Amino acid sequence: MSGIARSRLLVVAGLFVLLALIGAACGSASGGQGGEPVSGSIRIEGSSTVQPITQAAAELFREQNPDARIAVGGSGTSDGFEAFCKGETQISDASRPIDVAEEVPVCEENGVEFIEIPVAFDGISIVVNPQNDWATDVTAEELKTMWEPQAQGKIDQWSQVRSEWPDRPLDLYGPGTESGTYEFFNEVIVQNEEEANRSDYEASEDDNVLVQGVAGDQNALGYFGYSYYENNQDKLKLLAVDGVKPTADSIRSGEYLLSRPLFIYVNAKVLQNNEAVQPFVDFYVAEENLDRIVEAAKYVTLPSSLEQEARTQYEDRTTGTVFTEQGEPKGGDLEAALKQSQ
Amino acid sequence: MAQSTTRAERRAGDSGATDFKTSMSTRYGLDRAFTVVVTAAALVGIVVLAVLLVDVVRDGSAMLSRNFLTSFPSQIFPENGGVYPALIGSVWLLGLTALISVPLGLGAAIYLEEYAEDTRINRIIEINISNLAGVPSIIYGLLGLGIFVQLLAPVTGGTSVLTGSLTLSLLILPVIIVATREALRAIPASIREGGFALGATRWEVIRSHLLPMALPGALTGIILALSRAIGEAAPLLVVGVALYQTYITRTPFEGYMALPTQIYDWISRPQVIFQESAAAGIVVIMVVLLLANSVAILLRNRFQRRV
Repeated sequence: MSGIARSRLLVVAGLFVLLALIGAACGSASGGQGGEPVSGSIRIEGSSTVQPITQAAAELFREQNPDARIAVGGSGTSDGFEAFCKGETQISDASRPIDVAEEVPVCEENGVEFIEIPVAFDGISIVVNPQNDWATDVTAEELKTMWEPQAQGKIDQWSQVRSEWPDRPLDLYGPGTESGTYEFFNEVIVQNEEEANRSDYEASEDDNVLVQGVAGDQNALGYFGYSYYENNQDKLKLLAVDGVKPTADSIRSGEYLLSRPLFIYVNAKVLQNNEAVQPFVDFYVAEENLDRIVEAAKYVTLPSSLEQEARTQYEDRTTGTVFTEQGEPKGGDLEAALKQSQ
Repeated sequence: MAQSTTRAERRAGDSGATDFKTSMSTRYGLDRAFTVVVTAAALVGIVVLAVLLVDVVRDGSAMLSRNFLTSFPSQIFPENGGVYPALIGSVWLLGLTALISVPLGLGAAIYLEEYAEDTRINRIIEINISNLAGVPSIIYGLLGLGIFVQLLAPVTGGTSVLTGSLTLSLLILPVIIVATREALRAIPASIREGGFALGATRWEVIRSHLLPMALPGALTGIILALSRAIGEAAPLLVVGVALYQTYITRTPFEGYMALPTQIYDWISRPQVIFQESAAAGIVVIMVVLLLANSVAILLRNRFQRRV
C-alpha cells in the first residue's frame, strides 16, 4: 500500500516538477534575452558547398577569440538568402550570386544592405566510369544534347550524342533540383528559360551517392563538385570539357568552362553594430588567412589579383551585387566588374 | 519440446479435453515449424542490426576516442575533430523534448480517454491524432519554422535549441498520446467503477489508480517516441540547426548542433576521414540512445513492480 502511495506521489510530484521547469524556462525567456549581449554572436546560413570554407574560418577565428559565438548552418543558398534578407542572419554563404530579380528586392524592402565578397572557386567535374574506354572529352554542346529537357526519353544511347561512341545506354547522374550545382549547370550548359534540365536521371542531393552511382555503372555519366572527384580518383574517370580538364589552375583562370565563384554576403549595417561581425570578416578575408582557409576546405583559391579586388570591395564597404539579372558579372568578368563598382 | 509444461498446456489439461482426433507427430511438427518461423523473424532484425553495428564500429573505430567526445568538429584538422557541441546539443534536445512532450502527451491522452465524451468533434480529434503519427517529419520542420522560429521568435529566441525541442515534441506527441491511450484503455472498467462507487472523484481515480497502472505502457511509447526524436535530422535542418558552431549550448535560447545533423554533414563531405567521423558519430548516437532507453526501462520496471 505504501508502495503505491509513494509511487503515486512520485508521479504527481514528477509531473509538477516538469511543468514547473517548463514554466521557469519560459519565464526566463525575456530575461535571458534582454541581459545577454547578442551583439557578440554571428549567425551564418546558406550554401552547404560554401559551409566548409566558413567553418574553417570560424574554427581558426575561435582559436584567437574563444568567446565569439559563431553558428554556421548549411540549409542551401536560397534558404540562406531568404533568412539573410529578412535580417535573421548576419552573413550568408552562397554558391551563386544573389538573384537580382527576386532576392535583392526582398533585401531592399527590409533595409538590408550587403557586401558581396567572392572567396573561392569551385569546379564542376564531368565524370564517367573508369571502364568507359570510349569517352575522354565532351563538348558543352554535347552536354546540352544529353541534359536539356528535350532529350527526355529520346537521348538514351551514347551513340546519339557522338556518332563514334558505341550503342550503349546512357545513364545520367546529377544533383537534385534543390542544389546550387544543378542551377549552375543549367545556367552554363542547358541555358534555357525554365532553368531546368531533363528529369529522367538518377538524382541525389548527396554527391557521395552520385560518386557511388557512377563508380558502379559502366554506362554512367555524372556531374558534381570537383572535390568529390579529387577524393575518388581511383573510382572515376574525368572528362575534359571543350578540351580543358579541370585542374586547380584551369578552374582558377576560368579556362575550364564549369568553374564558378563562391561568395559570402555580409550585412553592411551589422558590420557597425555587431561587435563580432567585423573582426570575423576582417579575419576571413585577410591576406594571410583566406588562402589557408580555402585550402583547408579543399576548394580552389582565387587568383591573387581577384582576391585583392574582393578585399578592396570589403574594405571600401561597397554594397550591392556586381551581377546582372542573368547572373553574369557586369562586363563579363568578375574582376573587372568588381573594379568597376568601386 | 515437452520437457516443460507451459501455462497454456496446463490450462488445456485442466479443461479435460480428451475427445478430439490427435496426431501427435503432426501437431509437434507444426509446433516445431512455427518455432522456427518466429525465431527466424526475430533473427532477421537482429542480424541486420548486428551487421550495421559491426560495419559502423569498424569504420569508426579509428576516430573513436575520448578526444572525439570532447572536441569541436574540425575542418582544418579533421582527424582531431569531434562531436562535443553536437553531443551536448542532442542531450539538450532529448531533455527538453521529454519535458515538453511527456506532460502534454499524458494530459491529452487522459483527456481523450477519461474525460472526452463520444461526440463528433472528439472523434475527429482522435482520428486526426492517429493520422498525425504518420506525417513525414520534414512537414513538422516546416511547421516549426513557421510557428516557433518566425512567429514566436521573441519567446523562443529564433533558431534556438528550445525551438528544435518544440518541433521534435510536435513530431512525437501523437505517438505518446496513442500509446498512453492504449495503456489506459487496457485498464478494466471495474477499477474506475470501484473508485467511483467509493465516492472518489474522477481526478482521484486517475491519480490513485489509472495513472500508475497505465504508466508502464505509456513509458514504452515514450521511449520509442524519444528514440525517434533524437535520431531525426530533417526537421532540425529546416528549423535552423547549426552544422558548426564555436560555442557550447548552455541555455535553451542559444543556437545548437545535433548528432544526426552532424553525421549528415560528415557523410555528405568528399573526404574519407569525414566518413570515418560519421561512423564514429553513429556509434556515439547509438550509445546515447541506449543510455536514455536504459534509464526509461529501469523507470518502467520500477513502476511495474510497484503496481
